[in-house]
Amino acid sequence: MTNVQLFRTGDTPRPDVIILAHKLTREYDMGSELVRALRGVSVQIQQNEYVAVMGPSGSGKSTLMNLIGCLDTPTSGEYWLNGQKVSDLVDDELARIRNKEIGFVFQTFNLLPRADALHNVELPLIYAGMSGRSRRERAVHALERVGLGNRMDHKPNELSGGQRQRVAIARALVNEPSILLADEPTGNLDSTTSTEIMGVFAELHHQGQTVVMVTHEHDIAAHAARVITLRDGVVATDQAQAA
Amino acid sequence: MPFFEAVRMALQTLRAQKLKSGFSLLGVFVGVASLIAAWGIANGVNRYMTEKFAQTLYGVNTFQLRRRPMFTPNVPDSVWRAWARRPRIRFSDAEAISAGLTIPVVTAWQSSDQVTVSFGNKEARDIDLTTASERYFDIKNLNIAIGRPFTGEENRSGAPVAVLGEAVAKRLFSDRTPIGKSVRIGGVPYRVIGVVEHQGSILGFPLDRFVVVPALSPAQNLVNPPGILDAFLVKANSDLEMREAIAQAEGIMRSRRHLRPKQDNNFVLDTSEGVQRFWAGISRILVTVIPGIVIVSLVIGGIVIMNIMLMAVAERTREIGLRKSLGARRADVLRQFLAESTTIATVGATFGIVAGIGLTFVINALSPLPASVSPASVVLGVVMGAGVGIVAGVYPASRAARLDPITALRQE
Repeated sequence: MTNVQLFRTGDTPRPDVIILAHKLTREYDMGSELVRALRGVSVQIQQNEYVAVMGPSGSGKSTLMNLIGCLDTPTSGEYWLNGQKVSDLVDDELARIRNKEIGFVFQTFNLLPRADALHNVELPLIYAGMSGRSRRERAVHALERVGLGNRMDHKPNELSGGQRQRVAIARALVNEPSILLADEPTGNLDSTTSTEIMGVFAELHHQGQTVVMVTHEHDIAAHAARVITLRDGVVATDQAQAA
Repeated sequence: MPFFEAVRMALQTLRAQKLKSGFSLLGVFVGVASLIAAWGIANGVNRYMTEKFAQTLYGVNTFQLRRRPMFTPNVPDSVWRAWARRPRIRFSDAEAISAGLTIPVVTAWQSSDQVTVSFGNKEARDIDLTTASERYFDIKNLNIAIGRPFTGEENRSGAPVAVLGEAVAKRLFSDRTPIGKSVRIGGVPYRVIGVVEHQGSILGFPLDRFVVVPALSPAQNLVNPPGILDAFLVKANSDLEMREAIAQAEGIMRSRRHLRPKQDNNFVLDTSEGVQRFWAGISRILVTVIPGIVIVSLVIGGIVIMNIMLMAVAERTREIGLRKSLGARRADVLRQFLAESTTIATVGATFGIVAGIGLTFVINALSPLPASVSPASVVLGVVMGAGVGIVAGVYPASRAARLDPITALRQE
């Protein structure tokens, strides 16, 4: 599909390339031994793609996910996100990128238990420095997009698992990020609810959202248009599939 | 993230964890409450001492010629023995000063001792018998409630008439009028001619247990040897004139006692300054000791808050990871936890201020200590509370801010 060989160190990615990973490596110094989680991963993801990243545990998919999510920096290689080289940014700059460019959806939802749905969704906007009124409007809109317009004042423990994940998705969307980055988004949900959440992802993708999803379940990955499989820290397969 | 947002979040957390927060603000609460109350006592007593106590004991713009000072705290035995060797004040000394002063003054003689006063078969024990001249009532600002004070004529003729303190009148006559009745003072019959207004108490000591009789009346023998006074009271019109009068009186006394220029006075010209100096000393001690107590409880409060905050950081590691993944920078996380600890401490301080003010009023109402709240202590309480919060929050907050988002998110 996308020819990664086209990119050489020193180049700038084409504007429609949202994610460009070039020869990414990530090594962890565990004291006695050096763990090489990624051994040179090159991936390009374009605007409005729906990509699933798969692989057995230890394949490096979580590490790649952390790098793509700007939670971590590579040992070597380049990482470009939405036209900006982020592989050599420092802590607080990465925080700003995460805030602007990435919408995280976690397996365990990670909602603040004592805050209502609306406040949970407002959080990224608080860190973006947006003030009260427009922040609220944006959060309300995001909740309506995931069909929770009538549950805004509910706390997480007053919501079902599927509703919680919808709140998390609304929170991921509220800053209008370049990519929606989901880590096992259905891992804590039953199959009916999983299908429902996959429906939400499909709808967002349909609306133009770029979606990257890490999963180890084949029937979940089947919802994506492209599946990248990692094995032993390198890309094993990278193929498009019929949705 | 704006500061206001951080405080709002902090208050949210406080509300959610009421019990834990309650404990954590206890230290600051106690510290600030004791600061306000203790300062209130010092403040109130201070004002009482300088305004009322000194004036009650001495009178306004008044000095007393005495053998030794009236108010003698912490005096070593050697000084006492030296005072005891001094000559007594004589009637003639008082007369010489009265004649010699060029400043307009009011004067009175005064001697006192404790006696038993009786009426019929009723007795009042340990009553202060004061033998005084007629202007004593003016100088001491003793207003007569019923009857009249004795006159100069009655004083000079040594008439056996008595003016009672309120407590003595109550004790001997209950609700009946004592005027015209005959009481026995040390076995000598006296006719009651007046009762002094209620004086209340001073630091718990009752001020109404006294009898005043003319200086030259028979009871003078109960108090002092013939011709001897405890004190000669001189009241001037102003502080300045009082000082001038003291200088004149000192000259007169030194020449009467034949003191050479290098010899010290063997008498004192006592004013309320001595009491006030003594009190200033005590209040200096209070002012050094109170901060000690307050600092100790604030330090404990700070340590408690720091521990609670460290616990909060550990418990909410995941939350911190989440916030960071949503774009919180180090400064945002730092500010959030600092705001939380500062809010805890400030809320504690606010409760402490309310409790301290309440305590001050209770002390004022229920004890003889005249406590009153000092505004400076309230300001200081707030500042210290917030300060403790910030100081105690720095370490936990910086730990939270430095957390790695990936590790934090993985925390169970």
